[in-house]
Amino acid sequence: MAVIFEKTKGLTEATMHYCPGCTHGIIHRLVAEALVELGLLGKAVGLAPVGCAVFVYNYFNCDMAQAAHGRAPAVATGIKRARPDTIVFTYQGDGDLAAIGMAETIHAAARGENITIIFVNNAIYGMTGGQMAPTTLLGQVTQTSPYGRDVTTTGYPIRICEMLSTIDGATYVERVSVDTVKNVRKAKSAITKAFQTQAKGLGFSLVEIISSCPTNWGLTPTDSLDWMREHMLPVYPLGVFRDKTNCEASK
Amino acid sequence: MAAKVLMKGNEAVAEGALLAGCRHYFGYPITPQTEIAAYMAKKMPKLGGTFLQAESEVAAINMVIGASAAGVRTMTSSSSPGFALKSEGLSYLAGCDLPAVVVNIQRGGPGLGGIQPSQADYFHATKSAGHGDFHMLVLAPNSVQEMLDFTFDAFDLADKYRVTVAILADGTLGQMMEPVDTTSKILGPPVDKSWALTGTEEKRKPNLVSSLYLMPEELEATVFERYERYKLIETEEQRYERYLTDDADIVVVAYGATSRIAQNAIDAVRKEGIKAGLLRLITLWPFPKKPLHELAQRASVFVAAELSMGQMAGDVELAIRCQKPVITCHRTGGVIITPEELLQKIREAASMQSPAA
Repeated sequence: MAVIFEKTKGLTEATMHYCPGCTHGIIHRLVAEALVELGLLGKAVGLAPVGCAVFVYNYFNCDMAQAAHGRAPAVATGIKRARPDTIVFTYQGDGDLAAIGMAETIHAAARGENITIIFVNNAIYGMTGGQMAPTTLLGQVTQTSPYGRDVTTTGYPIRICEMLSTIDGATYVERVSVDTVKNVRKAKSAITKAFQTQAKGLGFSLVEIISSCPTNWGLTPTDSLDWMREHMLPVYPLGVFRDKTNCEASK
Repeated sequence: MAAKVLMKGNEAVAEGALLAGCRHYFGYPITPQTEIAAYMAKKMPKLGGTFLQAESEVAAINMVIGASAAGVRTMTSSSSPGFALKSEGLSYLAGCDLPAVVVNIQRGGPGLGGIQPSQADYFHATKSAGHGDFHMLVLAPNSVQEMLDFTFDAFDLADKYRVTVAILADGTLGQMMEPVDTTSKILGPPVDKSWALTGTEEKRKPNLVSSLYLMPEELEATVFERYERYKLIETEEQRYERYLTDDADIVVVAYGATSRIAQNAIDAVRKEGIKAGLLRLITLWPFPKKPLHELAQRASVFVAAELSMGQMAGDVELAIRCQKPVITCHRTGGVIITPEELLQKIREAASMQSPAA
């Protein structure tokens, strides 16, 4: 019988621990499929963050390490420098990457470190129960912004892709979302291109994926996707923010 | 006779690491250890290795974690305030059972402190390098030759026991120059690192490097296993030197640069007829309890000499189980003990001896 669909071998058989409606599961699959389709699974070394995806090492079917909060790009740097033939990627949330790990993120990009960062932005700290993140929207209610994020005391959401677009060392930076089938397919293309960028030795790549958190947003999975479209995408517009993959072939 | 090279202590550390096959150095500039980074920056590119000046001490130690997880010999170095920043990574290194070498060329503290030599990071290195239950194996060189030798040995020890080995030196040792024999180092056979992250090539099960265990019993079991290794280290690796201790009534206990001052002071008091000797500590963890226990049977008074407010002295009292008095001779903040100050302390110790003893 012809096989129409099968689970990618890039994922293990482990049951995922994510909340119902969470988009981590989709993103995991996209990353795993991209690695398999590019023939890179056997070379891959992944870095788990601290946050909801802390157990991602149970799901990806490749060598993995669990990094300290925010330090995944530094640990990835150490691995990649030691073993340039591996394909090294981090999988990080917005608290991990844009708050405690901001320095590691920017400097890995500035060095043109030949690694790939999968950045999942859902505008909240999920694992610890829904606190304000650097990416939390103005007015957004969280456990630590119970009256809504107030610009006078907590400032503005940070846009990582826009910021990295100014960094000369970054080769490929794109923001995607997984709210519709069409956008899921675009996300897969972006992740694939990011790994290709690394495989060709072209340098730093980051794909930001706008994601949802039904549990901590207090919304149903479908309402979450609506909320994401209505509130997040205007602040975090989708698109390619930096693409030097054509001019860095000699790097 | 092997030709010797005149080197700074910091350069000797770097050369020792290179001789040990370390090809991945990650660091951040801080006085008085920067020559280590400078030496690596010069040599590594020519050896096909990695010298990387990180954005912070925290990033540097996390890069060490990555390189070690990938199965190569790797190190970082810093000085007191920077070394404190590495605490996060030191704890993760232990939790992940990764071998690594870290070097602390100490300066005065707390806070930004000063840039003159100190031994005030003794507690940090030997007792609380980071959160959780763990130890580093701590070596304390007292010459430029030993800066090279101990760093070379540190990589073997780290691989053998899958621990972090710390070289705890100070600004004096880092900055001073002495002739060094850089020959006669022979690399041992490579140890098995089948746990390393190299990519599975889809030919084996994935490897995982992690310190996360949410089940308390599981986490406890990993700590118990680690402490079994620590017990072995305590049995096998206590290192020290005795100088004129066989007939000593007074035993000076010191390490690092201070132990050299102590040796001079002991030579001087011996001429006055005071039977003083030196126990020079080489490992600070494991603490050399064995020789102290023996010496406590015979000696009357111990003098703990160090460049801190008595951080090591407490371990001396513990090791001899308070059987004999321990007096301290200490300066801190970057001030060095003079031989005369130590002479006075030894004379004071001699006057404490009971006539019946």
